Amino acid sequence: MITLTINGQSRQVDTADDTPLLWVIREQLQMTGTKFGCGAGLCGACTVHLDGVAVRSCQTAAKDATGKKITTIEGLGGGKPHALQVAWEVEQVPQCGYCQSGQIMQAASLLAKNPDPTKQEIVAHMDGNLCRCMTYGRIQRAIVRAAADMRSKSGA
Amino acid sequence: MTKITRIGLPSDLKRRNFLIGSSAAGLAFGYVAVSGVPGISDALAAGKFEPTAWYSIAPDGKVTVMVGKAEMGQHVSSAMAQIVAEELEADWRMMNIQLVDNDPKYNDPVLGALITGGSWSVRMNFDAMSRAGAAGRITLIDAGAAMMGVPAGECRASNSQVIHAKTGKKVSYAKIVADGKAGKVWTADELKAIKLKTPDQYTLVGQSVPQLDIPPKTNGTAKYGIDAVVPGMLYGKPVVPPVRYGATVKAVDDSAAKKVKGFVKAVTLDDKTATTTGWVVAVATTYPAAKQAAEALKITYDNGPNAKVSDQTLIDEAKRLQKADDSGQLFVKKGDSAAAITGAAKVMEAEYLTSINIHAPLEPMNALAYEKDGVWHIHTGNQFASRTGGIAAGALGIDPKNVVLHQYFIGGGFGRRLDGDMVVPAVLASKAVAKPVKLIYAREDDMAMDFTRPLTYQKVKAGLDADGKLVGLAHDVVCAWPTARWGIPEFLTPSVDKKGPLDGFTVNGADFWYTVPNHQVRAILNELAQKATPSGQLRSVAPGWTFWAVESMIDELAHASGKDPVDYRLALLDGAGDNAGGAKKLANALRTAVGRSGYGAVTLPKNSGIGVACVSSQERATATWTACAAQVEVNPANGEFKVNRLTLAMDLGTVVNPDGVKSQIEGSALWGMSLALFEKAPLENGALQVSNFGDYTPMRMSQMPDLDISVIASNDPASGCGEPGVTVIAPAIANAIFNAVGARVRSLPITAEAVKAAIKV
Repeated sequence: MITLTINGQSRQVDTADDTPLLWVIREQLQMTGTKFGCGAGLCGACTVHLDGVAVRSCQTAAKDATGKKITTIEGLGGGKPHALQVAWEVEQVPQCGYCQSGQIMQAASLLAKNPDPTKQEIVAHMDGNLCRCMTYGRIQRAIVRAAADMRSKSGA
Repeated sequence: MTKITRIGLPSDLKRRNFLIGSSAAGLAFGYVAVSGVPGISDALAAGKFEPTAWYSIAPDGKVTVMVGKAEMGQHVSSAMAQIVAEELEADWRMMNIQLVDNDPKYNDPVLGALITGGSWSVRMNFDAMSRAGAAGRITLIDAGAAMMGVPAGECRASNSQVIHAKTGKKVSYAKIVADGKAGKVWTADELKAIKLKTPDQYTLVGQSVPQLDIPPKTNGTAKYGIDAVVPGMLYGKPVVPPVRYGATVKAVDDSAAKKVKGFVKAVTLDDKTATTTGWVVAVATTYPAAKQAAEALKITYDNGPNAKVSDQTLIDEAKRLQKADDSGQLFVKKGDSAAAITGAAKVMEAEYLTSINIHAPLEPMNALAYEKDGVWHIHTGNQFASRTGGIAAGALGIDPKNVVLHQYFIGGGFGRRLDGDMVVPAVLASKAVAKPVKLIYAREDDMAMDFTRPLTYQKVKAGLDADGKLVGLAHDVVCAWPTARWGIPEFLTPSVDKKGPLDGFTVNGADFWYTVPNHQVRAILNELAQKATPSGQLRSVAPGWTFWAVESMIDELAHASGKDPVDYRLALLDGAGDNAGGAKKLANALRTAVGRSGYGAVTLPKNSGIGVACVSSQERATATWTACAAQVEVNPANGEFKVNRLTLAMDLGTVVNPDGVKSQIEGSALWGMSLALFEKAPLENGALQVSNFGDYTPMRMSQMPDLDISVIASNDPASGCGEPGVTVIAPAIANAIFNAVGARVRSLPITAEAVKAAIKV
């Protein structure tokens, strides 16, 4: 039994220490917004935050997430849509949508530390997240839009 | 050309009445297959109202459109709702979509089955959906007018309201539905007589309304097959054999697997449908345990007859078949191409190759299966529910009507989920353990067992007269026949030389719109490939390779006769004979892309070039007129090259949702480039040499070129836009490389080595 803090809630989970966090989140906790894509850290569909840092949950042992704040797509906005989620709708980004939770979580970790990223910085930060529908252009535009929106709201 | 008529169960709308009936749940709209319809309320009360449901309106005014199409990101569900809402005069904010199960009542009215592919959906459903919407509007106006006590003829509908302008009275659809009196039986003739809007009257069609499937895809609530859950379910992980097809399991030693906590059973599949060969499923209480157990299983195989097959053996066999005069069947025969080529002033011939490619959708194949009260329930996202349900039934040895397929959002289709292999291990594992099993392919399983785009070998021979005019063309296409594998005769095409049906989905596109007096296309089945590499439909299908050959060869002919490749194409697109109409639209798309690209007008840096291609994908009868100008720069020292910009122009007739169309063109163009440059699944020892996204490498964000997309205004019937963009890219890039450094590449994917080797020193 381990204790995880996920989206602000403390949850007890009966699992082996080395079980990938991905499967604990998806199947045991039934938060299915986090996706299984490759199981090898190569696609980014399973991206969640540990203490605000984007990690691949398929490569993170459940045990290593104890004592840290886990955030998934379901908890990203803290009850209301995150600026990125709004921008994702405005730019009509998703096609099949399967990678988009991971894309948004990856992007959120960029904007948390860099409120005004250049195109090159966006590409460098996002390049590990595969989109098989290849919505890359719209992802870039949505990140730029969300960044601008967040800056204007914070008065920066 | 391939003409799909009907498959599956009859659901001929011509013989059906359209029924609009009230019930406590609201107002339902659909077709019924009965001749003497009883009173609507009687039918509803008796629970007999089971129409080919199209949509319903709830007492709160919410409109729910039943979507029998797979939603895999092409936003087809939203487009269907948009078409209904246009004629229904419904407020877009009240529109909802619901994916349906595999009940035949939801079959496509034209195809007679539940299938999504071929970029057909909007084209084939537009008229029926429009009439369904219009019948609803008229019926609601009648009921609303009665409620307001005004003549129906003086009322109109707008924004989910019936309005009587003279008195200023209004009543909402919600109120009319709640009132419960609306209802009407429309005969097929009455339905046909409805005067639909003309394009200039559209208020919703043609607008970039927000796609209905997008919001749940931004917050994690969209449900895909892999997210399905039922109480008490176990997990299954396939163990796939060391060859793609033909292996058998000799022995399974599960002694080590038994030590894995949560391991339940290793199930060796006895697949009576022969969809899979030599598969074992490790079942456990969690997916990680199933995976661990799968890795611990020691399985002995007989690798079967295909264990020595490789890319090279497939190519060798293809060349042998192509050389034989009696191979294959004719898809096109116009004039006498052999005689024309023999008598030509100049003869050119070339071989074009495309590699095996896999779909690799980001959601790996999966299915959750269980039996309840004699009915098998399968939860999975699928593009061809009618066939996939049958495969599950075949594997179980039961009647297909006892299989219910529950549809979900699809985490990438691209044709992969036209196949139904994933249901076989799910149902057989569930049967073996007598519990629900959620079966998930690991990425490695998904890649190794893909139903691939087949390896293709094409030989094109052309004859030119003294002026460089193309007088004869003979085009042979040798590959596995994906559609023939399905065993559904209606999907095959009669051959012109009456040698039996051929797989038109391997030669579509070769029946191009260029005027060539002597033209022959031969489809040749590569039996070796058919057996060793079960192939499937991969986004854009045949035009993904036929136009690679045609548009490369046309470019080669232009250069060989000293003409500009754009001018050469435009001259061939003269619209003579049966090329009337279409050829001119294609020429227009070509001129648009060329014009916007700056071709011939801008000065390019050294070793840069712009190349063009134009295509009539997907099928001749359903063509979308598409052209591309690709700009590349090549490093002649090592052959490395970069695609800087893709300029596309497309004429797809009526555009339902311009932004949605644009997103499909963006995605398909990048797909085309990814297939042209980055994706290859080599075959060695009967196995696909791909395991994960480390060795099968679709385009990443950093590899994206600039895109410039133009959609040409047209009121022609709506055509597809999810695939044609794929097919135009590879030849445009190859032609650009030639224009940059004079290197002609004829094999996909294009590698730096091939470019370097082709540079004439």
